[in-house]
Amino acid sequence: MQDRSNWDWDPGKRVVLDTAKCSEGVQWMEELHVSPDGETAAAICCTDEAEFGICVNGDFGEDRYEKAICPTFTPEGKYVALVSQDMEWYVSVDRELWPEGYGFLWNIMVNGGGVAVAVQQDMQYGMCVNGETWENLYDNANNFTFGPDGKSVAAAVQVEPMGQAEIFKFQSGIFSVAVNGEPWKEQFVNVYTPVFSDDCASVACQVRRSLYDYTIAVDGKVWNKNYNCVWEPVFKPGTKDVFAPVRIAGKWGMAANGELQWENKWTQLWQPQFSKDGKNLWAIGATGFGKFTVVKNNAPWSVTFPVVTDLVLSHDGEKAAAIAKKSGDKYTLVVNGSAWAGDYDMIFPPVFSPDGTKVGCVAEKNGKYNILVNGKPCGESFDRAFTPAFSPDSAKVLVKGVSGTEYSRSVLDATGF
Amino acid sequence: MHDIYNFVVGPLAWFGWGVFILGAIYKLVYAYNKFITKDATSAHYMSWKFGLRSIGAWLIPFFTTGWKNNPLVTAVTFVFHICLILVPIFLSAHAILWQQFFGIEFFWTLPDNVADIMTLLVIAACVFFAVRRLAYPRVKFITEAKDWWVLLLVVSPFITGYLAYHQIFNYQFMIVLHVITGLAWLALIPFSRLSHMLFALFTRAYIGSEFGGVRKVKDW
Amino acid sequence: MKESKFDRKIDDIGLKEGIAKLTPEKIQQTFQKFMDSEAGAKLRVYHETCVRCGMCSEACHFFVSHDGDPSYSPVGKVTQTMNVLINKKGRVDAEFVYKCAQIAYTECNLCRRCMHYCPLGIDTGYIMSMVRRFCHLLGVTPQYIQDTAHSHSATFNQMWVKDDEWPDALLWQEEEARDEFPNLRIPLDVVGADIMYSVIGPEPKFRTQLIYQAAAILHEAGVNWTMPSLPGWDNSDMAMYTGDFEMMGRLKRAHFECAQNLKVKKVVMGECGHAFRSVYDMGNRWCGWDNYPVEVVHSIEFFAYLLRTGMIKMKTKFPGPVTIHDPCNIIRGRGLMDELRFVAHEIAEEVIEMTPNREYNYCCCAGGGVINCGPPFKNVRVKGNKAKAIQLRGVKEKGVSTVISPCHNCHGGLEDIIHGYELGMDLKFLGDIIYEHMEKTKAVE
Repeated sequence: MQDRSNWDWDPGKRVVLDTAKCSEGVQWMEELHVSPDGETAAAICCTDEAEFGICVNGDFGEDRYEKAICPTFTPEGKYVALVSQDMEWYVSVDRELWPEGYGFLWNIMVNGGGVAVAVQQDMQYGMCVNGETWENLYDNANNFTFGPDGKSVAAAVQVEPMGQAEIFKFQSGIFSVAVNGEPWKEQFVNVYTPVFSDDCASVACQVRRSLYDYTIAVDGKVWNKNYNCVWEPVFKPGTKDVFAPVRIAGKWGMAANGELQWENKWTQLWQPQFSKDGKNLWAIGATGFGKFTVVKNNAPWSVTFPVVTDLVLSHDGEKAAAIAKKSGDKYTLVVNGSAWAGDYDMIFPPVFSPDGTKVGCVAEKNGKYNILVNGKPCGESFDRAFTPAFSPDSAKVLVKGVSGTEYSRSVLDATGF
Repeated sequence: MHDIYNFVVGPLAWFGWGVFILGAIYKLVYAYNKFITKDATSAHYMSWKFGLRSIGAWLIPFFTTGWKNNPLVTAVTFVFHICLILVPIFLSAHAILWQQFFGIEFFWTLPDNVADIMTLLVIAACVFFAVRRLAYPRVKFITEAKDWWVLLLVVSPFITGYLAYHQIFNYQFMIVLHVITGLAWLALIPFSRLSHMLFALFTRAYIGSEFGGVRKVKDW
Repeated sequence: MKESKFDRKIDDIGLKEGIAKLTPEKIQQTFQKFMDSEAGAKLRVYHETCVRCGMCSEACHFFVSHDGDPSYSPVGKVTQTMNVLINKKGRVDAEFVYKCAQIAYTECNLCRRCMHYCPLGIDTGYIMSMVRRFCHLLGVTPQYIQDTAHSHSATFNQMWVKDDEWPDALLWQEEEARDEFPNLRIPLDVVGADIMYSVIGPEPKFRTQLIYQAAAILHEAGVNWTMPSLPGWDNSDMAMYTGDFEMMGRLKRAHFECAQNLKVKKVVMGECGHAFRSVYDMGNRWCGWDNYPVEVVHSIEFFAYLLRTGMIKMKTKFPGPVTIHDPCNIIRGRGLMDELRFVAHEIAEEVIEMTPNREYNYCCCAGGGVINCGPPFKNVRVKGNKAKAIQLRGVKEKGVSTVISPCHNCHGGLEDIIHGYELGMDLKFLGDIIYEHMEKTKAVE
């Protein structure tokens, strides 16, 4: 996580941007995005017919594009978007364009200070990371991933051409994994969700070896067992051990390097996630049909819900929070096995305070957005709100929201929750 | 002959009933276990409300699409099943056996002449089903040996019972044959097409639950 | 039953090459494993309890259209396939598997109309889908639908639409639509929007006009909506119909996670039938969700809502009488017949019904993946649905020349029927008419 100690943690509210003052001459402005520290608000604006600009804190800059899409902030606060000029697409980082233009760009990924994006050039597919494009491009590429070093990228790539409806050719395996553009020599029917180890030296992914046999491949080598189905693998931090949910006889278990670690008793088991120290393995699981919950080291929480999503761990990896959907389309947040009181129309992904004592999130009810800390509303209601952030000492919370045309950031005391 | 009679209404009858009851329990428990394990994603949706609604709808003659489109089959099916269930239970001669072997006292039994007519109706219905199997292409195409056996199995106790009651041919012989075929009928319920007697309510309730609860339409 | 002869074998590479790899041992082992590990009480009980009364026969449009040929009746199809497999414990030859596949994939639309006819409640559609599952496990599937399943597996959409082609198609349609509605947006990846609009693969590939129309309607109605720029946008699911249930589950997970990540309250889906079945009835179950994890609203319901609340107002109504073809998966599958009629009456001057209709409607004969089996089986669909042609001709004689059907597959199927029987009728989606005849307050004059 990036250093937050240099953010402005002085208590109080500050209006950063009033869009009413900058939208003159703008046909329409897309949704605002705000930087993690809340100091910058940016949006894509249609400035004239088929003319777009990027507005940062009210300033439109000089450059205009035929189109600008998919804006996002990196954790470091860089504003990234995809823009097109003269029928070519460019990556814009803080309104500076990377030199090379492409047939199309999509799927911006940010990690470890870097930016990566999927590219199509002359109907060939690959990736561009920090301005460098793969030397090899492929007939197709998808399932892109970006390593924690901010440099390494991987994707599922089609390494052999296939004609229309050539089903047997497809079944012979024409997909592989390209790591930094170089393909594995092994080929598979399908490849899903490649993921890097923390040192970015290894890649694991789900592979489908025939229409019926799924397993995990690590650096091209498959596990010695096939399964009826598998889900996304994870590396155990600091090791080359790979864990993944596997389906055996209609039930899910967790396997490590091809050996079953958690007995296959789960109706569903996905989104495995390790604590940073590798001690705890968490996942979303279902103890029965329609009974989802959070699982820590093969033990479920005692409460179940029809739907559970967005599993987030505390910094020490001992606690977790997840969004639960109850019947009647109502949402709540479940922290360490107990649900917050109160039903909401929507709950957004939670964050833990560094000391793990507080959990904050955005919650929406009847169109009004509130920041909740440990289940209680914190500060005013907004028309739109952004994920809150806790100060390094966990004593304050940064609240970011839009009311009317005003975007403001507020630092509030978080000790009373 | 008397010894044989005593044997068939004694040990053989207990055997027949035993097979029926144990077989039925086995079949139902087996199916239930399979249902909640292998078909868990179906079992979840079982609903009393929609299950009973579906059963109710199909118990009314000419009410459902299936019944409406096959009026003759519907009429025969209802008459057949009503007679098939009532006669063996409420026949006055059987009431004696209920009393003798199970200690169950009936307050009412079918008048013999009514039972006689109902027996003939069962036989007539079976003839109808047989003719249908032979003459109607859509039924002929799907008819297997099993379907003939089951028809024979069902009609036999009624034919033999009728002949015995009217003392046509040798009474002793007929009555023994009647008991044997009747017991065979009973014992084979769990192990033949007749198992729909055990399962029909459940298959109906299940599909009623799916249609009522998930698909939000009538299943009739 | 005599071993019935099968004199309507159709050449298909997928089936032919599929059975070429089979041995009797492989068939038997696969069947044994299938029965032990996958078939539960439903299949066994259905097999045991069906009394072979034949009452389901005339429920089936194939049976009706083939003048009562018993080999096309629902129970007739079961008798020729699953019944033999179970009785013989899978000891059948490869040629028999070909026949099973042809019957299950191309002569049954899994429309479940026969459920209204069976006194015992035996779900023939389920049995046929289990025959398909078995054929899938053996690798005997028709070429074109298998290719579609492959597309799903490789791209998460059914038309091999590559990752970039999707947002490109949306941007293109946004640009086109802005000539008419100057401020129109197709908002991409807006986290927290009320609605995610989802479509099926053919829309960006062949029917981009439908995306334009949907964007126009949503824009005019002032809905807070979004579309995802990444895979998961396609709600369709042919893997469900090939019997590849693992892939079906994977697709549904991707689709719903897409909506969950966008934190939308509802997914509104375009006018498609089978995709609806896959989200509330089949795909969700494989994943362990007892209902859709994000509410999925079919276009019919959504249009009804927009019209009821006045968010969309009709400037004119569609002139002349129209008729309604009820798509199985949203009507018999989800009970939307009244909503469909509400919308049809709101947007058309006159509606003349065909009978049987509503949940008793005859299938279009394209559904259940049959149309996806491709050109080799086109005639099977057209000849197998004379019943629908007769229905259509009936309303045509009453002056109807437009058929409304809110389902892509129905359009494909009915188009071939209308052409094949020279009926000279037009097909419309609800969205076609609404877009054409609504008040466009936000459009340029």
